[in-house]
Amino acid sequence: MTDMKKTSLTLGPVYYLWNAEKWRDFHFRIADEAPVDRVVIGETVCSKRQHFIEPHLAEVVERLESAGKTVILSTLALVTLNRESKQIREMAEVSEHLMEANDLSALAILKDKPHTIGPLVNVYNAPTARLLAGRGAKRICLPPELPFSSVKEIAAEFPDIDFEVFAFGRMPLAISARCAHARSKGKIKDNCQFVCGEDPDGLPVRTLDRQSFLALNGVQTVSHACQSLLGELDHLVKAGVRSFRLSPQDCDMVEVAKLHRAVLDETVDADAGVAKLRQLYAAAPLANGFHHAKEGAVWMARTRSLQAAWPA
Amino acid sequence: MELICPAGTPAAFHEAVDAGADAVYCGFRDETNARNFPGLNFSREELREAIAYAKRKGTQTFVALNTFMRAGAEEIWYKGAADAVALGADALILADFGLMAHVAEKYPQQRLHVSVQASASNPDAINFLVDAFNAQRVVLPRTLTIADIARIGKNIRCEMEVFVFGGLCVMAEGRCSLSSYATGKSPNMNGVCSPASHVRYRKDGGELVSELGEFTINRFPAGEAAGYPTLCKGRFDIADSNGYAFEDPVSLDVMGELEALKAAGVKALKIEGRQRGKAYVAEVVSTMKAALNSAPDRRAPLLARLRTMSEGQKTTSGAYEKRWR
Repeated sequence: MTDMKKTSLTLGPVYYLWNAEKWRDFHFRIADEAPVDRVVIGETVCSKRQHFIEPHLAEVVERLESAGKTVILSTLALVTLNRESKQIREMAEVSEHLMEANDLSALAILKDKPHTIGPLVNVYNAPTARLLAGRGAKRICLPPELPFSSVKEIAAEFPDIDFEVFAFGRMPLAISARCAHARSKGKIKDNCQFVCGEDPDGLPVRTLDRQSFLALNGVQTVSHACQSLLGELDHLVKAGVRSFRLSPQDCDMVEVAKLHRAVLDETVDADAGVAKLRQLYAAAPLANGFHHAKEGAVWMARTRSLQAAWPA
Repeated sequence: MELICPAGTPAAFHEAVDAGADAVYCGFRDETNARNFPGLNFSREELREAIAYAKRKGTQTFVALNTFMRAGAEEIWYKGAADAVALGADALILADFGLMAHVAEKYPQQRLHVSVQASASNPDAINFLVDAFNAQRVVLPRTLTIADIARIGKNIRCEMEVFVFGGLCVMAEGRCSLSSYATGKSPNMNGVCSPASHVRYRKDGGELVSELGEFTINRFPAGEAAGYPTLCKGRFDIADSNGYAFEDPVSLDVMGELEALKAAGVKALKIEGRQRGKAYVAEVVSTMKAALNSAPDRRAPLLARLRTMSEGQKTTSGAYEKRWR
């Protein structure tokens, strides 16, 4: 078996507010059909949304586990309130599942308990990875902003840690105490009426010259372009990366997962894979600039001598 | 409460000390600090001189090494920490866990402050940094209300420092890649946000267009003052409306809340602005020092004077006031 085939796929948490049935059915289908090894579930962006999925959590976990997937419970990306800390602490006490840290507070609570690190924790170098591994981190998803040169350095230093990279999805770029999404619809965070639920793939932010730029997802800001490292999987595997994260967008994620598995299994070549991916997720252009230490919004073509292209 | 003042140049440093700063914070002239702008910051020799001057006047010097270490180039940050310690810095302001671990191990006597860039926004996170690295002070993110700060203060084992005046990040600091998405350069990795090297202004009909990289950040009709295209303070097109999507071009001013901050247990007040000139630093520091030394009912004229020094003269109390969210 080649190294490519030994890799695994992680489905990241749904960052957007989907209605509860859609969220449940999405995960049922992932359980039944998607070649992912593990699935991270749970609200990550806004604690106000947490109650939506609660009625379906148990059945989703059960369905995923019966299908042989490892379930990892996500935690909030920005913890400021007492009840938010308390919720993470209680989950750590009672849960038999691995948890994923997305904020310093979860790192503190999960110390000495096996856990994973999500892409929203700042791991920019090997000494930081060493520190987190020493505290019980079993897998570290590196931040989307990290260039390949850094990924390579970090992975080379710790062959024993599973490093993961953010291979598909709109890039989580920022999080705020303020909800720009609610404000754009004439609300504020404390009285938001969950208007973010109207935009299951984010609310487009265009420039005044009508360039597609960003998207709002509650208190989170994501990129308009969709990160794709399909064309770079081979380099990443050679550098020691063992796992790839697919971050759910409002598209056929089962097919997206199958495509990544096929490129990793070398049954579809990378260029054909990229072309197919553009059809599967036509809502946004693909970008891989961060990987190449360029602007995150650009696409660096694999075949030609890495020519940067801006999204239209 | 202590007054912590910015210095981007030796001249501003002297002004801040003379104007009554309790501590001045500054950084080296390289990618190790989050204000890595052309023409700013300190050489080793300049820092040596500045620290000596500060010590003679009884002022402390904090050295910010608050970017995230570039993988494979950690020596640049380690050398910065070693030099700052050797030169007599009173505290190092750090954001990267790897660097905190290094400093805590190599220089256990050195006072370690947690940078706002570390995004330690709750008691669990802060106490983790206290326990793991013996952090003695945390600079709180500008995402908290004063009530949040008061609650945090009761539950942590270190001092709190908060920003009260100057630039305002809308996003949680240290958690933002908006700048690098548009320019390839970020606060975390390069110490810059919306860098001038990527800014362009162009005329389009009667309008002035400001751009960052390939993206339009704002358009100013004739007669409207054009501002710098900081990404999160731009005007964008969302749904059916055009406007400041994240934040207006305002700056932070919570000097009106001094008593509430004191009651919340805040130990030190921080002024943003290492990129500002020495005249601004001198004026802001002396006015704020006077305000701190005045009885609450005598502060109004001083605070009014401060407001005239704000960017665009429009200010906000930001997240400190809950309705801002």
